[in-house]
Amino acid sequence: MSRGRPYVRPVEPYWWAHPPYLAYTLREVTGVAVAGYALILLAGLIALARGEAHYVAWLNFLKSPWSLVLHIVLLAGLIAHVWTWFRIMPKTMPRLSLGGSIMPQTLISAAGLVLAAVTFITILLLAEWVRP
Amino acid sequence: MPPDDAPGKNAREIPIKVLRYRSEIDREPVLQTYRVPFTDDMSVLQGLQYIKDHLDGTLSFRWSCRMAICGSCGMMIAGEPKLACMTVLRDFYPGPLTIEPLAHFPIERDLVITVGGFVKKIESIYPYLIPKTRRRLDEGEYLQTPLQLARYESFSDCINCMLCYAACPQFAENPDFIGPGAMALLQRYNGDSRDGAQNKRMELVHTDNGAWSCTAVGYCSEVCPKLVDPANAVNQNKTRSALDYFLRFLVRRADASAGSSGGAA
Repeated sequence: MSRGRPYVRPVEPYWWAHPPYLAYTLREVTGVAVAGYALILLAGLIALARGEAHYVAWLNFLKSPWSLVLHIVLLAGLIAHVWTWFRIMPKTMPRLSLGGSIMPQTLISAAGLVLAAVTFITILLLAEWVRP
Repeated sequence: MPPDDAPGKNAREIPIKVLRYRSEIDREPVLQTYRVPFTDDMSVLQGLQYIKDHLDGTLSFRWSCRMAICGSCGMMIAGEPKLACMTVLRDFYPGPLTIEPLAHFPIERDLVITVGGFVKKIESIYPYLIPKTRRRLDEGEYLQTPLQLARYESFSDCINCMLCYAACPQFAENPDFIGPGAMALLQRYNGDSRDGAQNKRMELVHTDNGAWSCTAVGYCSEVCPKLVDPANAVNQNKTRSALDYFLRFLVRRADASAGSSGGAA
């Protein structure tokens, strides 16, 4: 079809660092923060199963300044993940119908973000409530 | 030259850098700067036409309808995939404005890219309705409710401009990825309640070059000039492909014997 010599441009290796892709990059990177939280909770569960001494050691780790810094970083990562994830969510799912028409994507995103915020605040209040 | 062919004396001027590639003389693409007078109502496409008519007749670019329906004039305008007819020069004043051919495609010449791969993909997805059951003329139309229409309607708005491919980093990595545009057209038929050839098209979706090459970047839907939402089309097919995988032992596919022979040898 082509009589010339088509020129293939090299793939830009740092495409993920450019503005249109930053939300995507942030979403994928902060997935590590979600896994980090899960691992810390899993470690607590294992410590609990292994006996009181292990569990107290885990609690002491949580109180350490390193752990506080880690948790601030993880929280920031998690919030960024929640924000970027619920914004893409409507694109990743079948079109839902509501009262005979297709549900707007902004409504699905907003519902997800509200649910996340309510869950976050509820857990915070529960933690305060059960504190000895 | 008709009197209204060029902007008047009080027009502003903007430098436009165009990525040029003439395979007979250039080893690789080079930027060439043109100073283009423009008025507030002029599109980037009109700027390119000014260059071709008044400054350099050797500049090549595709265009046809100049009103965002033919899908010919997609190009990288200041680094973003856009239709040149749908973008105005005044937004980039004082410039310089850089115009390059659509990213991720081979350059044929100047702003003209190779579209053969995309056309092949479009052809491969059975881009036509294959009714579940054929109706005779005297049986009347294939009926559809407004909700059934809404499930695929945006996917039928695609004008094949390929901006979504220029936005897709996965297509850049793997040119065989069927990509957002062709997948939107695939979903236009797969999502149609009157169509009965989903299993045929899913054969393409299941492969490494099908839906699973997508990592849900979402930029394809952002650059789409027709709000087709190709990212949604690709990801609906991921869901469907995953369901097919997990339910393959439970659900007998109606036309499993037809068309999919010679797979596992």
